[in-house]
Amino acid sequence: MSGQAIDEKQLIGTGLKKRTEEALANDFLRKAVAFTTDKLRTGKRQAMDDFGHWEEWRERARAIRKHVVENLDYYLTQFSDNVAKTGGHVYFCQSGEEAVRTFLDIAEKRRAKLVAKGKSMVSEEIHLNHRLEEKGIEAIETDLGEYILQLAKETPSHLIIPAIHKNKQQIADIFSAESGESFAPETKVLAGYARQRLRNYFLEADIGLTGCNFAVAESGSITLVSNEGNGRMVSTLPKCHVVVMGMERLVPSYDDLEVVLNMLARSATGQKLTTYTSMITGPRREGELDGPEELHVIVLDNGRSAQLGDPVFQEVLHCIRCAACLNVCPVYRHVGGHTYGSVYSGPIGAVLTPLLQQDMKEAGQLAYASSLCGACYEACPVKIPLHDMLVQLRARKVKLGLTPLAERVAFKTYQTAFGNVTLYRMAAKSVYYLQKPLIRKGYIKQGIGPLAGWTQSRFLPMKPKKSFRERWEELQRELKAQGRPGSGASAQGGDRA
Amino acid sequence: MRVSLFVTCLADMMYPDVAESVVRLLHRYGCEVDFPELQTCCGQPAFNSGYQDEAREVARNLIRAFEHSDYVVSPSGSCTGMVHHYYPQLFANEPEWKAKAEAFIEKTYEFTQFLVRVLGVEDVGAYFPEKVTYHPSCHASRLLGIKEEPQVLLSNVKGLEFVDLPHKEDCCGFGGTFAVKMADMSEAMVCEKVANVCATNASVLVGTDMGCLMNIDGRLNKENKPMRVMHIAQLLEEGVKRGERTGD
Repeated sequence: MSGQAIDEKQLIGTGLKKRTEEALANDFLRKAVAFTTDKLRTGKRQAMDDFGHWEEWRERARAIRKHVVENLDYYLTQFSDNVAKTGGHVYFCQSGEEAVRTFLDIAEKRRAKLVAKGKSMVSEEIHLNHRLEEKGIEAIETDLGEYILQLAKETPSHLIIPAIHKNKQQIADIFSAESGESFAPETKVLAGYARQRLRNYFLEADIGLTGCNFAVAESGSITLVSNEGNGRMVSTLPKCHVVVMGMERLVPSYDDLEVVLNMLARSATGQKLTTYTSMITGPRREGELDGPEELHVIVLDNGRSAQLGDPVFQEVLHCIRCAACLNVCPVYRHVGGHTYGSVYSGPIGAVLTPLLQQDMKEAGQLAYASSLCGACYEACPVKIPLHDMLVQLRARKVKLGLTPLAERVAFKTYQTAFGNVTLYRMAAKSVYYLQKPLIRKGYIKQGIGPLAGWTQSRFLPMKPKKSFRERWEELQRELKAQGRPGSGASAQGGDRA
Repeated sequence: MRVSLFVTCLADMMYPDVAESVVRLLHRYGCEVDFPELQTCCGQPAFNSGYQDEAREVARNLIRAFEHSDYVVSPSGSCTGMVHHYYPQLFANEPEWKAKAEAFIEKTYEFTQFLVRVLGVEDVGAYFPEKVTYHPSCHASRLLGIKEEPQVLLSNVKGLEFVDLPHKEDCCGFGGTFAVKMADMSEAMVCEKVANVCATNASVLVGTDMGCLMNIDGRLNKENKPMRVMHIAQLLEEGVKRGERTGD
């Protein structure tokens, strides 16, 4: 690593405003993200309707995830024992660094020079590619989106559609620059080029690295879902297959797997099932025609176990990484994934990042990147209350004294003024008089202080002279004049100004 | 039936007309409406910003204000949502107050919810011959599950031409302090909402929450796109008057 100071952009919280501005100024990005998330949303809705009884399935999936996370020690042991029985190796790694070193050890033993990677967010989380590069090991991303980003030297901006922020023309430009040829911005042409390029890597790689969508404890199986088939190539062609997975990514049985696979595919892409669903149990056995000689499973903690036992946040471990919350999030829609400055973006990223990094100061800022509209919770196939968690993260920040002094004073003042009706009445009166110099034609068009944030993009109506409570007596007289409630008389005309 | 108006601080200070429409309509349907003077705010601004201790004290004041009410009705899905969804959390460690909060929740309704579900009114006999679109506010629809009620009420208004709002379920970008703290994100959201609202060619935008409507109206005006923005209670009340005038 160079000894340079960290770019402000890299600081999750401090750089948030700047990254937001950049994203909002990027029309390509906003159009591409809106286009694809719209498509995914519509697909999900259709897939939910086709499946039927969605709320019951959601409840069932939630129960499965809840049960696993509550009994994680048991299922991890069972899973690990079963992997060992089938001839694989399991490594429990507490930190990202430990996981990286474990992988490097395996690579060293195999004298590996080339690693073919299937899509893995956990490998992004531990910044594995960077470390492999340092060791002179070439790592090639074989998921199409990830491959595009690797060539562009970028990171994923969506959990399942890593290059969601790129359009076809941009991808054609990247491939053209890479190959020296000139490609038309057509899906078939571009996918064809990538397919041809990647095929050799599958055949030549010393190690195939994949993530894991779900691990089945009762059999020690690794389940991979993909639509490109690269996951299957990577896990069968190279002689050594290494899996990196988060420690919470388990289900007890194949019966449970059926439920969560259904929820994952339908919530993620609106498919009944992904094109490829691979279930890998152990390395190649005698007499089998394909499969790797060795299977290694790296199980990563990296801040996950710190959530166990937490009454509010344990549920974040229920996540099945479908990205449905990203696709419905109005903030994500406009700013895209990179604005979050972390591997995990969108509502789940805003919750997960400060928790995994155990950093409320910088990463905790992400909790404010939400209007608390609750679309994430509504979309979540395992019912994680992300909107509530975002509020709880803010509360944690307040408790730790990490919020600005002016804000703390403002809310103390609010408590005093709004906690008592006499003071509240006085406050309302003073608002009326204080606003006067700012009013233009019934609106405040240019606010000062905290109001400036509001008026930068919209007008603020003026407060009328009389609050409702000051009009109440008059209203009562009006109603009395009409007779008993419900006597059918309508409100009198009167002046409604 | 005795009903207490929970006016909400926003409607009290900024939109007294909305509260008056609510009261007149409730009166029309036989409710004897009172206004407990002690009430101020539900505490949501502080709660959503993470200031739970501050929110709790303001919430206590609200619970006290309605202690003797039979029913409590408010012109806001968001403030009602705060009470329903977050008061149990806020008082989780205070059994006595938790019980009070639960009793309060039990009797508290958002206006359209109360009209349709409690009073059983689906047609107020209104006449409103205009093209109207509806923004379902996030807290009303997601925290309280109010999806049908406003639609049913609007569908029974004579002469009203209803136009569906594209991407209606997307937040307008208000989010309370979000609009100030994350002004850029909020602006992007309200701009898209306004574009969608304008695309309907409606002459009136209606909703159940003045927070969202203040936000959207503020942007419409800044863009110089005048459109009538009304709380559903205002539309219904005006429609009732128009109906009586035309004898329809």
